[in-house]
Amino acid sequence: MTFSPELEARFAKLLNSYPPGRQRSAVVPMLLYAQDEIGCVTQELVEEVAHRCGVTALQVDEVIGYYSMLHRKPLGKYHVQICTNIACQAVGAEDLWAHACKNLQLGNKEVSPDGLISLEEVECIGACAWAPAIQINYDFHHQVTPEKFDRLMQALADRTYSARPS
Amino acid sequence: MAEVINFTIDGQKLQAAPGTLVINAAKQAGISIPSFCYYDNLALQAACRMCLVEVEKTPKLQVACTLPVAEGMVVHTDTPQVHQARKSMVEFLLTNHPLDCPVCDKGGECELQDMAFRYGAGFSRFREAKIHVDEKQWSPVVYYDAPRCILCYRCVRICGEGLGVSALGIGNRGAMAEIVPNRGDHLECDECGACIDICPVGALTSGAYRYKTRPWEMEHVGTVCTHCSNGCKTTLGVRNGRIIRANNRDRSGVNGEFLCIKGRYGFDFYDHPDRLTTPLVRQGGELKPVSWAQALAVVAKRFTEIRARNGKFAVIGSNHTTNEENYQLQKFARQVLRTSNIDHHRTGDVATLLDALQGRASALASTADLVNAKAALVIDSDLAQEQPLLAFSLRFNWRINQGHVYAVTPGPVREDNYATTVRAEPGREFEQLQLLKDRLAAEPELVILFGAAIKGEDIRRLVAFGDSLGIPVKYVALVDYSNSRGASDMGLLPDLLPGYRPVSEAGLEPGLDYDQILAATDLNALWVVGANPLSRQPLASQDAFVVVQDLFLTETAQRADVVLPAFCAYEKNGTVTNVCGDVQKLTRGPKTMGPKPDLDIIALLAKEMREDLGPTKVADVFAEIRNRVHGYNLPLVVIESGGAAQAVPPNDRIQIQSRPEVVRSAGNTLYTSGTLGRYSPMLNSVLEAPGALYHDPHIAPFVAKGSVQVDTTEKYG
Amino acid sequence: MRYNEPSPLEQMIISYRFDLPNPASIDTYLANDGYVAIKKVLGMTPEAIIDELKVSSLRGRGGAGFPTGMKWSFVPRNTGKPTYVICNSDESEPGTCKDRLLMENDPHQLIEGMLIAGWTIKSNKGYIFIRGEYRYLIDIVDRAIAEAYQRGYLGKNILGSGWDFDLYTHTGAGAYECGEESALLESLEGKRGIPRLKPPFPAVVGAFQSPTILNNCETYSAIPWIFRNGGAAYAALGTPKNGGTRLVCVSGHVNKPGVYELPMGFNLLRIVNEVCGGVRNGKKLKAIIPGGSSSPVLRADECDIPYDFDSLAKAKTMAGSGGVVVLDEDTDIVAVALRTIKFYAHESCGWCIPCREGTNWLKKILSRYHEGFGDESDIDLIAELANNMLGRTFCALGDAAAMPTAGFVAKFRNEFEDYLKKSPRFQPAPELAVV
Repeated sequence: MTFSPELEARFAKLLNSYPPGRQRSAVVPMLLYAQDEIGCVTQELVEEVAHRCGVTALQVDEVIGYYSMLHRKPLGKYHVQICTNIACQAVGAEDLWAHACKNLQLGNKEVSPDGLISLEEVECIGACAWAPAIQINYDFHHQVTPEKFDRLMQALADRTYSARPS
Repeated sequence: MAEVINFTIDGQKLQAAPGTLVINAAKQAGISIPSFCYYDNLALQAACRMCLVEVEKTPKLQVACTLPVAEGMVVHTDTPQVHQARKSMVEFLLTNHPLDCPVCDKGGECELQDMAFRYGAGFSRFREAKIHVDEKQWSPVVYYDAPRCILCYRCVRICGEGLGVSALGIGNRGAMAEIVPNRGDHLECDECGACIDICPVGALTSGAYRYKTRPWEMEHVGTVCTHCSNGCKTTLGVRNGRIIRANNRDRSGVNGEFLCIKGRYGFDFYDHPDRLTTPLVRQGGELKPVSWAQALAVVAKRFTEIRARNGKFAVIGSNHTTNEENYQLQKFARQVLRTSNIDHHRTGDVATLLDALQGRASALASTADLVNAKAALVIDSDLAQEQPLLAFSLRFNWRINQGHVYAVTPGPVREDNYATTVRAEPGREFEQLQLLKDRLAAEPELVILFGAAIKGEDIRRLVAFGDSLGIPVKYVALVDYSNSRGASDMGLLPDLLPGYRPVSEAGLEPGLDYDQILAATDLNALWVVGANPLSRQPLASQDAFVVVQDLFLTETAQRADVVLPAFCAYEKNGTVTNVCGDVQKLTRGPKTMGPKPDLDIIALLAKEMREDLGPTKVADVFAEIRNRVHGYNLPLVVIESGGAAQAVPPNDRIQIQSRPEVVRSAGNTLYTSGTLGRYSPMLNSVLEAPGALYHDPHIAPFVAKGSVQVDTTEKYG
Repeated sequence: MRYNEPSPLEQMIISYRFDLPNPASIDTYLANDGYVAIKKVLGMTPEAIIDELKVSSLRGRGGAGFPTGMKWSFVPRNTGKPTYVICNSDESEPGTCKDRLLMENDPHQLIEGMLIAGWTIKSNKGYIFIRGEYRYLIDIVDRAIAEAYQRGYLGKNILGSGWDFDLYTHTGAGAYECGEESALLESLEGKRGIPRLKPPFPAVVGAFQSPTILNNCETYSAIPWIFRNGGAAYAALGTPKNGGTRLVCVSGHVNKPGVYELPMGFNLLRIVNEVCGGVRNGKKLKAIIPGGSSSPVLRADECDIPYDFDSLAKAKTMAGSGGVVVLDEDTDIVAVALRTIKFYAHESCGWCIPCREGTNWLKKILSRYHEGFGDESDIDLIAELANNMLGRTFCALGDAAAMPTAGFVAKFRNEFEDYLKKSPRFQPAPELAVV
């Protein structure tokens, strides 16, 4: 499998960062970084990571099933993750979630037909004091009201979205 | 310093070595602490929480399977608190476990059922929907039902730690966690079924057995597997005279935990539709069914005629028939037919090894030695393929007893994963062996196992090499079939009587060997018992009268004039001798109609010819063997009680003509077993190439010729 | 950057650089006491370092509150094996969002803390385990590490000491369980984040089978200050056996939620009323979850207590990871209990029976109950199942799920009972496959 030069450089650095004979350590980071580039964890990626880290494909499979950020199916270009855990729940995250499902016409872990947006209800993302919080891909957005959410979704649809955390 | 820890369990004052786990200390004192995930000699999990016990001065309940005994520790295993905890664990387990016990294969021998019976409630407080996932078929022999799985991880560990195959893992997490196979939706493995046997519930079920019967409807018959030479004990589940399954229910055999695919599933040849059930006699060029009396009369008449005109007889015996049968067969050949032309397909040069050892009986390794020896060396054998129990035993020794393993082989072998291995092209083994010499000489003791490529003079070289190490060395000449070693010990050889005595003692000259028999153009009669020599080469003698005793109409039987249908080992009583010389008892399982045990056929033929062959019953023949065959005076109680006793026949030099050319391995793999394997639907259904396992990246790369690969890092875990 | 206004009641000793321009850069750090402590520490023996930490009464900020000095003292010396320094930045406890700020605004403080740990056990390698969702922080920390290498604070022969130390980031990929230290080590080794059997503890057999110091991000971040100002000065900031300050993450129904650095032992009610401007919309306080979602809830009348490990333990709850979730009088406690157990059911690794099946069962009962299909027996069953898990699971996640659940029922039984009077919200759908 070939990856972008940046990703290859990251892999090289990664494999070097663990003690000799411990390249298995790179399995999780490699899967996550590669998923970001190619969209999901494919069987080809499983074999590639297994090969590069010196483990079996089964050992990679075991890891994929365990970590909730690793996906076997492609996500939307923008993966919208809404936290509904207790701190966010206290300040309206469940209403925000219902609002998002209704307005995007998507359920949990569903992808819009055009592949632009996928929606996921997630566990605490570490923005409790600035709740309700969402992540679009890796960008944090704080104190997200339904109105603010709609503006963000509009920006995604208009391709005017900027990734600045708020 | 032999330290001893004093502690108390349920009021009993006990002692144990430091490091002993409470669960084992209790077991030794006759106190059973329940557990699902704890399993002897496998990694500790502490996952099922069934073994919780109360330890005085400790506020929380403790897990007995990971808790080492400590000085003054006071443990209670059956208090109301403990009982309540176990009851709650069973309750938790049963929330998502389907209560389909009435149709579950495991019902009746299920550990979860037992625990529910002992600790469970009579009703369920779980009112919610259960998680359902459809059952999956992973291979012809392995099915997995995730909802039944209690995630004890025994299967994962026996496959990875026990066998070194690592075909099973854990997928998902939380309540959706389940066991997953190594190829996404299917297994690529040895198909040994160890995962099924070790499963405490009905999560892993056997393709050969599922939905066929209930465990209590079967009789469980412990006998010895009839395939390879390792002599594993297998338990036949017999219902209405038919084998329903074979498994490892009785773990008392030399194989302990182990059985391979042949031992578990390879019994099915016995009721193959092509199985011969009536004697056949050639009439008008065709083999026609006749009665036993008619067939025996024809053979007796022709044998008598040929003997009367001093015709030339030859007998080819079997690697599968019992010691009693082989003993009587050679007696028949030498006494009745007055011939020394008797041999069998030799798959290892046992006789030369015994000669080279010159009577050193202690230099023969027993099966038990393989799990205890400080070091072992494998030469020219892919043990995992050809000698699966021995492969398991050496791995066990490395894993549990820190034994060292070395291998000199032509290609990659599974031992590469943990052993010190050297590649050697055929014929260059001794050069490569020199690379290991210093390391071997530094070991306190060594067992050398060698394949059929080491034969004749090479065996003498090998023993000289062993002597040069200056440490105690034991040997195993690897042979291929369930009684290959017994055939040799019982004198199915042209120049040796039972117990490796020269034929001259019986007033005979050495006879023709296996190849010479087939090549002889002047042969008048050939009697083949449980062998198929004509699958490999034609019979040179056109006119020979050929009698064949077998289960199937093999290539050899098709050439026969008389075919006598014989029992297989599962249908017989008797003894067999495994590759290490361990003698074990066969016990009759199924009651097949039509064929007869070879022992009876031989006896009936003698009677028909009005000859006295002595005893006719198995026990009486074995008694004669014990009296007359050197090395077989074994403790009867061990054999009769289902144990293994090692026969050590060497007695100084053996007068054998070196015939290395007739020694050749059958080249069986895990999924082939000579002629028998061809008639096993289950073996034939397992198509995955085991070779692919060797290409897993975590297995050491192929080592360049002449280089020593020395590996001291732990590769497992 | 900060995401909330600071409070005048804060005592900033580890967060004071957050407001500086370019706070994450090494120049800002060096201009503001940066890498001063490590210079001092390089002249100290391991024993002296550990003694100073013991004097400081610094306790682990990840949740358990184990004394840091003692933890370091368990690391065996001269085993012949390499040793490792690991930072747990897998911040995932609901209610907690402080490590994010520490890495975003002051990564060099963390690096310096880890350097001090590295020198103490003569380790040559360290890893900062950052949860996968915090990708932007990996970039920030990686930049800081690169700066530190450039200026000679990482790499070979650090500050002429002859000692080498390499530091790397390592990403998680979505698993709360990896915040448990041995599960984190499994994850670092490329495996499923299943906790290990203990003993041995990570101090003895940790990363790559070797002795390891493993602390929370905030714990390491406090260490440079301790060595600049002395352990006694740090201890004096807090209450006995609870030295220093804490980043308290206040969320929920308060006027000014935020992360505030407060001295240990600061009164919990004052945090709500004075630091955070009181309960919002003039409502009354109903309850506080004081230390992340694993900590049993406190009723309003129980909240007048010092916020430190021992005081909260006395109140049969815990300070945990410093996540304070404030709940007002309108809060539906059953809904909070349900959301809490849903989280633990989602995050249970599935290794042991009571946690795997217990969290799942509780989630199902509470879902049904919340929908309005509960009955009275459910209330006792919820409490009983939680008790059947408590203290019997493989790792602390089972307790973390059971304790708050049992707490909600014990403290707010009346609210559960009131639920029975409500009519069902929906017709129940038969759940055939619950994923």
